[in-house]
Amino acid sequence: MNGPHDLGGQHGMGPVAPEANEPYFHAEWEKRALGVTLSCGAFGAWTIDESRHARENLAPATYLSASYYEIWTRALETLLKRHGFVTQAELDGGHMLEKGAEPKRVLKAEMVPGVLAKGGPCDRPVDARPRFVVGEEVRTKNFNPTTHTRLPRYARAKIGRIEAVQGSFVFPDDNAHGRGESAQWLYTVVFDGAEIWGEGADPTLTISIDAWESYLEHV
Amino acid sequence: MSEHHHGHDHHDHDHHHDNHFTDMEARVKALETVLTEKGLIDPAAIDAIVETYETKIGPRNGARVVAKAWNDAEFADWLKRDATAAIASLGYTGRQGEHMRAVFNTTDTHNLVVCTLCSCYPWSVLGLPPVWYKAPPYRSRAVIDPRGVLAEFGLTLSEDTRIRVWDSTAELRYLVVPERPAGTDGLDEEQLADLVTRDAMIGTGLALAPEALR
Repeated sequence: MNGPHDLGGQHGMGPVAPEANEPYFHAEWEKRALGVTLSCGAFGAWTIDESRHARENLAPATYLSASYYEIWTRALETLLKRHGFVTQAELDGGHMLEKGAEPKRVLKAEMVPGVLAKGGPCDRPVDARPRFVVGEEVRTKNFNPTTHTRLPRYARAKIGRIEAVQGSFVFPDDNAHGRGESAQWLYTVVFDGAEIWGEGADPTLTISIDAWESYLEHV
Repeated sequence: MSEHHHGHDHHDHDHHHDNHFTDMEARVKALETVLTEKGLIDPAAIDAIVETYETKIGPRNGARVVAKAWNDAEFADWLKRDATAAIASLGYTGRQGEHMRAVFNTTDTHNLVVCTLCSCYPWSVLGLPPVWYKAPPYRSRAVIDPRGVLAEFGLTLSEDTRIRVWDSTAELRYLVVPERPAGTDGLDEEQLADLVTRDAMIGTGLALAPEALR
């Protein structure tokens, strides 16, 4: 979707303002937001792609003014309601009113080290051979799906070069919507700054994205 | 508000100067309370997650990877070919580091990592991302005005240095290996790691000169 999350090349967002000796958390609630989000991810009820899509579906004004833990929290509320774990009335009241859906797994303290150390690998084997080879010129697709995609707007309908074949991975555009993992080959595609930004582009700039095979066309 | 106390601190009334914070405190408190009452989350697991990222998984991990690459050509070569395995050999694995790639700065090319679409970041080697990395200014500008962004970090590159921006659009997570500073021949890997800042491994900085630590 062409949502507020797709920020590459946008103007007017202000200075970066790095904070010296930044703490890991700026408030206690951020710690709890991190832990609650990861704990709920362990339910096994939704994928990382569905959670990203829930975040990018926040209203643009909300998304752009929220800290990332706020974005996570708001999206988590959506996911928990969508999958039947909580109701809006429970969130409003701050207490359980009814028993909801049963998760596949509840993350207990003793499971945390193992779960974090394992992570969630998303490389998957595919039978097909890669359609593109290293060094080949490719054109990225021109499309504007209203659903989840990981091809940023700035990199659509651009000519780039395959720099690496990175293996085969779960395809987020399908996986975010419960259409299965649909693994595809993934490529690092590199573009000249001028191809992306045109007039006035930094002549020393190249930009790469990691693009699934169906984002790419032969030139 | 619930009566639950989970060993974490509820004293933070100094944040109440900001209504927005109060709103988020209330929302997160409600979420945690409802989910705990339903037996869906374990507050002690949340404490364990927070403790992990406050004390165990942070940029020191990545700094050790870089220091080893500087000191051990064979490891550097492995890191180039198979960063996931090379990094795992030092014990750094897991969430948001499942598929690692290491990109090496050279005398003529500087690497910079961003996630324009969300906040993808190599947690296993750098820990939790800083606020600026996840915020719209960096995500919007790193790809179109990297020199302007770097200047805000106090880093001005030579005009002919090539800049390569890596937009983390998939599940590959990028670690920048900065160039080894001059005057570091006699240092061991722990001393070298002291020179490797978080920003140097994102690409918004360079490794420190040894004089900086004296």
